[in-house]
Amino acid sequence: MDRVPILQIGDVLLVSIQVDLQDQSVLNLQEDLAERISATGASGVVIDISAVEIVDSFIGRMFATIASLSQLFDADTVVVGMRPAVAITLVELGLTLGNVRTALDLDRGIKILRVLHERRRGLPGTGHAASTLGLR
Amino acid sequence: MNHAVRETQQMDIRIDSDVVRVRQVVRECAQRVKLSLVDQTKLVTAASELARNTLLHGGGGHATIELVHDGRRSGVKATFRDEGPGIPDIALALVDGWTSGSGLGLGLSGSRRLVDEFDLASQPGKGTNVTVVKWAR
Ligand SMILES: Nc1ncnc2c1ncn2[C@@H]1O[C@H](COP(=O)(O)OP(=O)(O)OP(=O)(O)O)[C@@H](O)[C@H]1O
Ligand SMILES: [Mg+2]
Repeated sequence: MDRVPILQIGDVLLVSIQVDLQDQSVLNLQEDLAERISATGASGVVIDISAVEIVDSFIGRMFATIASLSQLFDADTVVVGMRPAVAITLVELGLTLGNVRTALDLDRGIKILRVLHERRRGLPGTGHAASTLGLR
Repeated sequence: MNHAVRETQQMDIRIDSDVVRVRQVVRECAQRVKLSLVDQTKLVTAASELARNTLLHGGGGHATIELVHDGRRSGVKATFRDEGPGIPDIALALVDGWTSGSGLGLGLSGSRRLVDEFDLASQPGKGTNVTVVKWAR
């Protein structure tokens, strides 16, 4: 069974999904991530789905679960690189991904995490960056 | 849904990885009849939902993937059947967000929106049969 690697870059964990995952692999990834976030004290998680051809309700629910999970460890989650066809399909499927943050690409995803992190720490001077990214 | 069938593939749905195989076969077929990328994605997503239902709710079953033609257009037809507990209230099962378990309740209602034709037949105690078709435009 496929095991998705979790990379650490600074205080961000990066997961790049490159293969069509069976449900058990999705659940394993969820558990692995929870462990890694708590072990590393990471401040953010980026899930790169630019290679993912479909997002169904199962994998969509994983995004929501990881987002909630990471919050318990004081970390934020951003899903990046969603393909346009996937986005259109998700809307029609009815999956809203309500509390999951998304960004166009890895670069923007990391920027969003940085802003969120600084804001959590209550550092000054982040207001401008936040408004540039359209964050409230 | 009486469409001329040009090719048929049968597959078992017994374990997790069978759902992945269904997605792959459906995608191959969708590409062969030249569905647009968006329509391929919609059909594969619907097939994934229905195959998972066959596995989880139906206790396993079979999928039949066919290349079909109706005289004007080509399409892909996917049928999922099991001999599981069946669906007592079909109208209720098709309501967005209704689930008998811990799912999101979007599999059936959502996949119906993603395809061109959708047929659900089920008998309590006998099993369930869901057929979907997506046509190339
Ligand atoms: N093949 C089947 N056999 C028996 N019951 C089924 C079958 N398919 C669907 N159902 C019933 O219909 C309900 C709705 O199915 P649907 O796929 O919409 O939601 P779900 O599977 O519960 O959640 P998810 O959003 O994760 O798919 C299921 O909870 C189940 O009770
Ligand atoms: Mg379902």
